[in-house]
Order: sequence, then C-alpha cells, then structure tokens
Amino acid sequence: MLKRLRENKSAQGTLLATPTMLWMIGLLIIPLLLTLVVSFGQRSPDGDVIYSFSLDNYIRLFGYSTDCDNGQASCFDPLYLQILWRSLTLAFNTTVLVILLAYPLAYFIARAHPLRRNTFLFMVLIPLWTNFVIRVYAWMMLLRTQGVINLGLGWLAGLFNIPFTPLEMLYTPGAVLVGMVYEFLPFMILPIYTSLEKIDNSLYEAAADLGANGLKTFARVTLPLSMPGVVAGTILVFIPVMGTFIVSDILGGRQVILVGNLIQRQFLDARDPTFGSAASLILMIMTLIVTYFYTRKFGFGEEIVVA
Amino acid sequence: MANEFAVELQDVVKKFITPEGNELNAVDHVSMQIKNGEFFSMLGSSGCGKTTSLRMIAGFEWPTEGEVYIEGKAMGRTPPFQRKVNTVFQSYALFQHLTVFQNIAFGLEMEGAQKDEIEKRVKHVLEMVQLTGMERRKPKQLSGGQQQRIAVARALVKVPDVLLLDEPLGALDLKLRKDMQLELKALQQQLGITFVYVTHDQEEAMTMSDRIAVMSKGKVQQLGAPVEIYERPANKFVADFIGDSNFFEGRIKSLSKEEAVVFIPDLNAEVTGIPVSQGLVNGEEITVSIRPEKVLISEKPMNQNTFSGKVTNTVYIGTDTHVYVDLMGKRVKVFEQNRISRLDPGSFYTVGQDVTLVMMPENVLVLKKE
Repeated sequence: MLKRLRENKSAQGTLLATPTMLWMIGLLIIPLLLTLVVSFGQRSPDGDVIYSFSLDNYIRLFGYSTDCDNGQASCFDPLYLQILWRSLTLAFNTTVLVILLAYPLAYFIARAHPLRRNTFLFMVLIPLWTNFVIRVYAWMMLLRTQGVINLGLGWLAGLFNIPFTPLEMLYTPGAVLVGMVYEFLPFMILPIYTSLEKIDNSLYEAAADLGANGLKTFARVTLPLSMPGVVAGTILVFIPVMGTFIVSDILGGRQVILVGNLIQRQFLDARDPTFGSAASLILMIMTLIVTYFYTRKFGFGEEIVVA
Repeated sequence: MANEFAVELQDVVKKFITPEGNELNAVDHVSMQIKNGEFFSMLGSSGCGKTTSLRMIAGFEWPTEGEVYIEGKAMGRTPPFQRKVNTVFQSYALFQHLTVFQNIAFGLEMEGAQKDEIEKRVKHVLEMVQLTGMERRKPKQLSGGQQQRIAVARALVKVPDVLLLDEPLGALDLKLRKDMQLELKALQQQLGITFVYVTHDQEEAMTMSDRIAVMSKGKVQQLGAPVEIYERPANKFVADFIGDSNFFEGRIKSLSKEEAVVFIPDLNAEVTGIPVSQGLVNGEEITVSIRPEKVLISEKPMNQNTFSGKVTNTVYIGTDTHVYVDLMGKRVKVFEQNRISRLDPGSFYTVGQDVTLVMMPENVLVLKKE
C-alpha cells in the first residue's frame, strides 16, 4: 500500500493537503455556514434563534422598518445604511491617512544606515507589545476634556493670558479616526519598508545615470517599485478597520457607531444573533467587493507574505 | 570643438573610511587620459580601485582630491544626471516594473524627447543589439544575455559621449561572454563612441581594448596597448598579473648601450645579450622574467643561455601542455603548444626526464626592483 502511494503523485498531494483542508473546514467553512443559517432565522421573544428561511434581517439592514413615527406599518429608516456607509468611509479615510504617514517613515527607515534600521524597526514594533485596548485607552487619557492635550494647551494659553475652554475631542469621529490611524500604522510601515528595502541601490543610480533627478527618480522608480508594499499594507489595514469595534467603542462613545459595534451589540446587548449574523455577512461581502476591485487594479501585494 | 580626450583623470584620490574607522585610499593619485573613440579598459583584481574610478566618471562618487574632466570640462560635483555619460551596470539595473521599450525609453523621456522620436530611436537601438520584437517583454522574461543587451541599449540610446561599462559580462557563461566581447567591440567600432570598460578578466581586456590601465592598490601600474602590457610589462606586478611569468632574482653584471649580461645566483649562470632600455646601472639588483611559452625545450645542449634540468610534472590542458622543470631547485614553467594531434603519452615529456631549457635573450625581460 505504501508502495502504491509512493507512485501516486495525486494521492500524495491530497494526503498532504488534508490537514489544511480540515483546518479550513473546521475553522472557516463551518462557522461561515452557521452564520449564514442563523442570519436567515428569526429571534424568539426570549432571545433564542428560530430556524426558518426569512430575509427579514437583510430587509431590515437595507432600511425597512416597522417602527415608524407617523403610525404607518412600515417606512424607510436609513440607520443601518448610514452605519455601513460610515464604516466604509472611515476605513477609507484611515487607510489614506495611514499611507500618507507610513510612507515617509518607511522610506526614511529604508534609506537609513543599515546599522540603525533595526533600531528604527524595533521602535515601530514596541507599541504592539502593549495590549490593543490599553493603547486605545491611552488615547482617551490624551484626548478627554481633562486630558494631557487640553492641560498642555490650557497651560500654554495661561502663559499668554488667553482665555481657554477645553476642546471637546473625545467621542467625536475625529477621535475615532486618530485612534484607528494610530492602531494600524505599523501594519502599513512594515510592508512598505520591506518593498523599499528590496530596491537595489543600482536602480537609483541607473535612473540618475539616465537623466532623472531626485523627484523624477522617486515618481518613476521608487514609488512604482514600492507599490506592492502599499497594496499589502492597504489590505492589512482596510479589512480590520472595517470590522473593529474597540476603537469606536472607547473613543467614539455612543456618537460613532460602526458595523463592528452594531454586530457586537446585536450579539451581547440586544441578544439578536440572527440580525448580528446578517450584519456580519453584509460586512464581509462589502469588504470582499472593495478588496476585489482594489486588488484587480493594483494586484496582490507580494509583501503580504512577509508581513 | 571636440576635445582630444573624452575623459581625463587628474591626480584623483578617493578616500573611504573602512568599517574599522581607518582611512583608505581606494583610488590613490590616479591620472589617465582616455582618448576620444577608443576602447579603454581598467583591469585589476577586486579592490584595485577600477570600479571606484569608473563611478567617479559617472558621478556616483566624487573625488576626495583631484579632478575628473569629461570632454575637457571639469566635472567637480556635477550630479550623474547632468553628465553626458551613461553606464551599463554589472547587475544590469533594469527596471523590473517597466517593459523593455519603457526601460530604453526612460532616458529619452528624461530628456523630454517627442513620442515619435523616442519610438524611432528605441527601434533603432533594439536593431543594433539584435533584439527587435522584444519591446513589450518585461526584463524578467529575458535570458541573462538578452538582459545584458537591453542594459547596453538603454545606455546607448542616449548617444553618450562616453559609455561606461562595469563588468557587464560578469554574470554570463563563458561561451556567451566571448560572443558578447566581440559584439561589444564591433558595436564600439561601428558607433565610434568612447567605451570605458572595467573588468578583472585579463583575456577580456586583451580581446577588446585599444588600451588597458592595469590597476592595483588604487594605483595605475601600467597603461598601454595590450601588446605593450603583455610583452613589455612595466614591473613585476604587471608581469605576474597579466599572463604567466617565470621570475629570477639577478644582478646586472655588465651593460652596453643596448644589451646587458645578467647573473642569476639561483641558477649560478648568466644570461647574455638581453636587450634593455635606459635607466639601469651596472651591478643593480633586478628581476628577470620570461613567459612560459617563450621558454624552449631542446633535446640537446646548446652553447648560450641554456640550462639543464629535470621534468617534475606535465599537465595536458588541450591547447597546451604545461611542463614543469626543475632547474637547480627552482621550478620553471614551460608551455608547449600541442601542434600535433597525438594520443600517445610517451610522446610527451615524462617525469624525471632530463631536458635543456633555452631562454632566447630577446624573450627575457629585465624588471627594476620596486
């Protein structure tokens, strides 16, 4: 039997792929199917799932409401569409800001003296050793009315005798954006750094040799060759930002509700797993669509493997 | 008006700081004049300063002291993109994200050339390197030899005053390298552009160059045509580095206007009638050298400049047989060309055989001590 296996290449392949397949089925396919099944169910009055085939949850997500002000049986309520749109725009803005901040830093590290590069990379990684939630809380300490930033500004204003009312920074969309950018910056820096660092010095010299000054070299050589890193970083940042709820929970309070918060509340507070499952699947589909068009335009970042 | 010299290095020094913190003259007071339209090679082993010299002409490095002139103009700290020279890099340095066409067009676009002009010139230069039809490929889809030609085409399309080539054939296999050597030489003759070529391969330098600068330890050891460098090496380093040589320590015993008699203590013998140039004095300690292929093996003893010895080893290498002969404890290399096809080992010299070596005086060189 062993001998026959040794000769059968395709059986060997199947056998080698089996552990991965089991993993994928157990940890990805089955949970996904469960979510799908639950999303078609209905919530019983005491918070259990009644299994059925109903599209109610999806209809509700896209604006159908039975809770209307003017006594009508049904009306259009854009609440959930607004949440989806807010999540999408926030993820987009975060990604753009992160790219703008990460690129120069990654460029600086990649062109630094080789002995110093590791120190800089180490500094980029240090915050990641602290718990995600604690890092967000740190921003709360900075941003709140009696926080470090307001105290500092107040002290400065006092020096020049300017009247100062503390700025309301916490629980605003801006605070959530700042938190998101901060949390996900390292995931953009590392892949961009990797692709910049791979560019051979002779390519810069070749560009100069052929008549390109610094700016043209950057536009025609450096930037295109580092695009795989930018793409990889975008995937690593955009997808988690779409789904995360901690940052908006802590820094946005009740003001900034994202899909992540919606899903979390359906499962924990509202005890409606059917609606939560539907929202989860819609989030996944949205993310997939955006990622699909993005990677079709820019290709998959090869650096995603490295990062 | 065209300058006589395409490139001139005037007393150029380039200092580097080693990782240990020491100062090192990578290029140490080098002066050379490269004529317009010539194929000029800088030859030496790694660390001899040849690549650094080339990079200073290209503008990637600036001299610590001295000056580089291109077409008579002092370059100072002119950046590479303002110099009318182009480089073919050892690694080719092709832009992997661009097609062959875009790679070659890159330099023309930087000049602001018109689109149809660019297309015409790219097409022309691709014909020149015999790669027509490859425009839309990416460099990765080409073989090493093809990539090498693209690198040459990309530099040549700008019609530089001087083309700099930094070991461009180093990554190719032997057969392809030999073909490319001849092709590059033909290209250079056809275009009349000055080529400055850096290599560590003496055969390559010999094959292609009009003149060669042999470099070592940051200095030019000898500058001349291939035949001068091989037949009249300026010192023991060049005689040793270029080709093979047998060396003997000796002393000038007597000196006439054109000829010298040299006494070689190791052989306890004299070599007479050696043609010499000026600058030697009677009794001076010198080194005598003779190329292995210029030592003759004679069956029977002759009168002058003959030495008896024993064969210690023979090595058959195809074109030649290398015969090692022991002369009073000193090992002498003799290269005999295999002019006749034969399979009989007995017809070669056998180990232990007594032979007589003849060193014709006109083949013997007298080298001054450094």
